Amino acid sequence: MNKRTLLKSMTALSAGALLAGAMLPAAAQDTVKIGLILPMTGPFASTGRQIDGAARLYMQQNGATVAGKKIELILKDDAGAPDTTKRLAQELIVNDKVTFLAGFGLTPLALATAPLATEGKVPMIVMAAGTSIITDRSPFIVRTGFTLPQTTYPIADWAAKNNIKKAVTLVSDFAPGVDAETVFKSRFTAAGGQVLAELRVPLRNPDFAPFLQRVRDASPDAVFVFVPSGVGSIFMKQFAERGLDKAGIKIIGPGDVTDDDILNDMGDVALGVVTSHHYSAAHPSAMNKAYVEAFRKMNNIRPNFMSVGGYDGMALIYKALAATKGDTNGEKLVAAMKGLSWESPRGPLTIDAQFREPVQNMYIRKVEKVGNELHNVEFETLTAVKDPTKVAK
Amino acid sequence: MSGPQPAFPLARVSRRAEWIILAVALVSVLLLPRYYPVMNQMAIIALFAVSLDLILGYAGIVSLGHAAFFGLGVYTAALFAKHVHGDPFLGLVIAAIAAALLGLATAVLILRGTDLTRLMVTLGVALILLELANKLDWLTGGADGLQGVVMAPVLGLFTFDMAGRTAYLYSLTILLLMLFLARRLVASPFGMSLQAIRDNRLRAEAIGIPVNARLAAIYTISAGVAGIAGGLLAQTTSFASLDALDFQRSADILLVLVIGGTGYLFGGVIGAVIFTAMHHWLSAVTPQYWQFWIGLMLVVIVLAGRERLVRAILSPFTWLLGLARGRSGPAK
Repeated sequence: MNKRTLLKSMTALSAGALLAGAMLPAAAQDTVKIGLILPMTGPFASTGRQIDGAARLYMQQNGATVAGKKIELILKDDAGAPDTTKRLAQELIVNDKVTFLAGFGLTPLALATAPLATEGKVPMIVMAAGTSIITDRSPFIVRTGFTLPQTTYPIADWAAKNNIKKAVTLVSDFAPGVDAETVFKSRFTAAGGQVLAELRVPLRNPDFAPFLQRVRDASPDAVFVFVPSGVGSIFMKQFAERGLDKAGIKIIGPGDVTDDDILNDMGDVALGVVTSHHYSAAHPSAMNKAYVEAFRKMNNIRPNFMSVGGYDGMALIYKALAATKGDTNGEKLVAAMKGLSWESPRGPLTIDAQFREPVQNMYIRKVEKVGNELHNVEFETLTAVKDPTKVAK
Repeated sequence: MSGPQPAFPLARVSRRAEWIILAVALVSVLLLPRYYPVMNQMAIIALFAVSLDLILGYAGIVSLGHAAFFGLGVYTAALFAKHVHGDPFLGLVIAAIAAALLGLATAVLILRGTDLTRLMVTLGVALILLELANKLDWLTGGADGLQGVVMAPVLGLFTFDMAGRTAYLYSLTILLLMLFLARRLVASPFGMSLQAIRDNRLRAEAIGIPVNARLAAIYTISAGVAGIAGGLLAQTTSFASLDALDFQRSADILLVLVIGGTGYLFGGVIGAVIFTAMHHWLSAVTPQYWQFWIGLMLVVIVLAGRERLVRAILSPFTWLLGLARGRSGPAK
C-alpha cells in the first residue's frame, strides 16, 4: 500500500509540474488583458449584463486577436460597491497585469478607481458612468458612454420649445442626478421655462411615492426625471399608481428612464414619454439593426444604451491597439485613443481629443408601439453634441 | 481559560491558536503576495467579527446593526486623514474613540428588552447613521463616496503601495494586537462576569454583578474595536462609501460568525478567512451567480452542523498525521 501511495503522489506531482509548465506560455507577452469590472449582481446587475454581453459580442464579431496580440477579457463583479471596485482594480493591475481597465457601472465606482488608473498608468475605459467630472479625475480615463449634461440639455431645449412652461425635476440623489438637475434647470429657465420644485430621491432602494405626490401637488406641465439604468420601471409603475398620467403630467428626461432593456415591460404608461439620448434600439440604421439582432441572439435581451457603451469601449480598445501596433504602454494607448472616430450602432462617434469624452449625435425620441414592442422612436437629431459643461470651460 | 465554552474542537486548542494564527499570517505574507488586497480584506473583516463576538459570544447581545460602528470608524478615519492629519495610527485612535462614544451613547438602548427588540434597535441605529451619511453629502460625499483621502506612510516609513503589501501588514498587525488584547479581556474577571451574565442574567445580578454597567462597558469596547476595523478599511483603501454602513455589512458579519462560531474569538478570524475566500473565489469563477453558492454553503453549514463538517474536513488530515507518525491509517 505504501508503494502505491508513493506512486500515486509521484504521478500527481509530475502532473502538477506538467500543468504548471503548460500554463507558463499563456502568461507571455502576446496576450493583452482587459479587466472588465461591472455590477453583475445587486440592483444594477442589468448594466453589467448589458455591457458584458456587448463586449463579448464585439469579440465574437471581430476576433480575439489585434495587432498580433491575443485579447483576454477578465470579468469581475463589484456588486455596485465602490471599495470592491477599487480592490478588484488593484488586483487586476498588480496580479493580472491588465493593459486596460473597463466597465464602471456607476459614477461612485469610477471615481473610486480613478487614482489607481493614474498610479498604474492603465487606460481606464468608462463604459457606463455618466457624471461629467469623471474624466477630470485621471488623464488615463477615456469615456465611451455618455455624459449627463450631454444627454440632458437637448430635452431641456425641446421642452421649452414645445409648450412645456412649468416643470418639476426628480432625480436620483448622486452625482449624475445632480448634473442632470443643474443642466436642465439652467437651460430650461434660460429658455423661459419655470422649475417649480427640485426633488432628489435616494439612490438606494428608491420609493418614489412621496416624491410623486409632491409632483402632483405642484401640478406642472411635465416632470423631468433622471434615474439610473434599471430603475425606470419602478418609477413608471408608481407614476401610474398615483394617477399622474391621468392628471396630464408628461414625463421628460434623458433616456435612462425609458431604458430599452426594461421599456417593453413598463406597459402603456410609458407611451408618449419624450426623452433625449444617444442610443435607441430602434435607431434606423442597417448597422444598428444587425447589432440588435446579433445581441438578442447571443444574450436573449434587447440591447440598451449601456450595451453600446460596452460595445464601443471594446471598439476603442481594438482601434487603439491597432494604432500602437500592439504596444501596451498606457500613455501611448490613451494618446492613440484621442480623436479616434468611427461608426457605431448609435451613429457616428468621436473621442474628443481634449476632454477624452464621446462626441455623438443626440436624438429626441418618443415611446411608441412598433409591432408588439415599445420602442424609443427617434424624431429629431442634433449632430456631434459635446458635453456642454466642458465646452463652457 | 475556563468558563463555559461552546463544544467546538478548535476551542480546545485555543491556547495554541494565537501562535497558529501568527504562523499562518507570517507564512501568508511570504508566500501569497498575489493576494495581499484580499487578505487585507480578510484581516479587516476578521477584526470586525471579533468585535461582534465580544458582545454576541461573551455577553449574549445580538445585533443587526454593528455596521453602525464600523461605518462611523470608516468615515471618521477618512475625514480625519483628509482634513486633519494623515498619520494612520492617530487616525485609528480617533476612529476608535468616535465609535466607542457612539457605543456608549447607544448602550442604553440594548440594556433593556429582549433579543428581538435589540435586533430592531441596533438595526435602527445603523439605518439612522446610513441616512445621515447619505444626507450630509457636503461632509461625507453622500452616495458618491468620499474622495481624496491621502494617507501618510505607516510610522513615517512604509507608504501604502499599489500591491497592498503595507496595507496587509498594517491591518494584520492591528488584528493580531487587538486579538491579543481581546483574549486578555475575556479571560479577566471582567470577561468572566460577562459570561455569567450571558448564561444567566438573573443569577449574575443576584451574586452582585453590576449587569447594566458591565454590558454597557463591553458594548462600548466592542464598538471601539469595530471602529478600528472600519478605520483600517478607510485607510487601506483611501476611500469611504455608504456601503460601510449598509445593512448588508451587518448581516455579512453575522454570517462570518455563523461560519466560524461564536464565543472563542478565533471563530471570527476563521469565519472571515472562509467567507472572504469563498466570496473571492466564487465571484471570480461565476460573477453572476456566486451569491447562490454562498447561500447554499450557509444552508449546509447550518443544517449539517459546523462541528460535524469540521470533523469531516479534518479527518483526512488526522489520517495523514497518523501516517507521518509511522502509524497505519484506517483500515481499507
